[in-house]
Amino acid sequence: MNILQPIGHYVLKFFKTVGALVLFTFTALSHCVRPPFYPRAILRQMVEIGYFSLPVVGLTTLFAGMVLALQSYTGFSRFSAEGAIANVVVLSITRELGPVLAGLMVAGRIGASMAAEIGTMRVTEQVDALTTLSTNPYKYLIAPRLIAGTAMLPILVFIGDIIGVLGGYIVAVYKLGFNASNYLQSTWEFMSTADVVSGLVKAGVFGFTITLMGCYHGYNSKGGAQGVGQATTNAVVSASILILCFDYILTEMFFAK
Amino acid sequence: MSDIPKIRIRDLHRAFGPKVVLDGINLDVMPGESVVIIGGSGTGKSVMLKCALGLLSPDKGTIEVDGENVVNMNARERERINHKFSMLFQSAALFDSLPVWENVAFGPIADKSVTRHNAKDLAIEKLAQVGMPADVADLFPAELSGGMQKRVGLARAIAGDPDIIFFDEPTTGLDPIMADVINDLIVKVTKEVGATALSITHDMASARKIADRIAMLYQGKIIWQGPAATIDDCDNPYVQQFINGRADGPIEMAVRK
Repeated sequence: MNILQPIGHYVLKFFKTVGALVLFTFTALSHCVRPPFYPRAILRQMVEIGYFSLPVVGLTTLFAGMVLALQSYTGFSRFSAEGAIANVVVLSITRELGPVLAGLMVAGRIGASMAAEIGTMRVTEQVDALTTLSTNPYKYLIAPRLIAGTAMLPILVFIGDIIGVLGGYIVAVYKLGFNASNYLQSTWEFMSTADVVSGLVKAGVFGFTITLMGCYHGYNSKGGAQGVGQATTNAVVSASILILCFDYILTEMFFAK
Repeated sequence: MSDIPKIRIRDLHRAFGPKVVLDGINLDVMPGESVVIIGGSGTGKSVMLKCALGLLSPDKGTIEVDGENVVNMNARERERINHKFSMLFQSAALFDSLPVWENVAFGPIADKSVTRHNAKDLAIEKLAQVGMPADVADLFPAELSGGMQKRVGLARAIAGDPDIIFFDEPTTGLDPIMADVINDLIVKVTKEVGATALSITHDMASARKIADRIAMLYQGKIIWQGPAATIDDCDNPYVQQFINGRADGPIEMAVRK
């Protein structure tokens, strides 16, 4: 009996959290499509998520592309298959590494800052103040972030894809001595629209997930500085896990035969 | 003066788990009147205010505003009622990310009663009403002292010309001189706006200054209410202990148990 009690407690707590998250998601989505809209808030979030995350995402995908080319060369040279490096780089970057690495970096940067900002607003009564000023916090705080996150991640990933492929090109041409035009031609031939589009769809889903987790944990934070800190940690951890989880599900949907 | 109370609270109950916070509150606030609820920390003053604002749902009872029951209203109806309200929060609850003028004009911009172009002029006018110079308008809340933040909060509270203003511990955390300045401003601006005021505080100097009528909350019930001028003559031992700040008496602090 004593053993079952804590298990039951955690099971109930888990379902309560899942229920609260589902309710939060549907409420937030309903406010994304119903007026009033706050275009200035959406624009501000787009700049914050898209523009200011660009250096982090750019550097991450650049080095990912460079490492990928280097490692592929090490492995493929054993089988005299160096010509496949361009294929491996463009496929890996557009399908997987671009969206996943960008998602994880943005989860760390944006998910954390959203949870901290909304959490601080919650514990300092700023969210209550919005309500007293006839402004729905879902519309003013949550919906602009969800819209901006879902819209900007694909753009970030698209730019990240280009930079990642460029990273592979730099290593292949300037370090491994590949012919520049041959490498570019191989890259272009192996790149397919489906690979790029699937990566961008993943990015949209990741963008929604990151902002949802940031907003949910921030909005429900309690208990002052410690509660805000906990919300920030939870936002980053849950967004990162969900990114990897959705990555598998979407890969299965797009490419499973 | 109308016979219908601006706010009419009847048999209001609210508990958090086993802890009963409000245990059958009855209170009327007439139009243009300033009522102050006094009581120790944790007696349910803030919970009562949050129930009136719709930030918390009571377990039982009614809250009527201009004769209309506002308990369990849907979100749209609640938004309509909230247009009649404004609030000065204990911590001022100014929006960190917005300059002072946008904080002050937030409500009128949100309900489109002023264009964004004219909002700054309105904010400067309201800041002048609380004795603040125009150059404060472009500062951010973090650049203001506690007393200045309270005054900006007060300017925000009166910006929409509300019918009812709630004051949550308006002088907490201020030095005695600034507290008196805030008390004077509260009296002045509520009269200028012609608003009904409901305040909660445990600062007796503040209560005496801003109240037409005082009510005392103890163990979830209103145990005494009457004109502010008569509170010193009342024979209720709980009230006498509270207003004289005596440790000995019928009110036992949790720490002494």
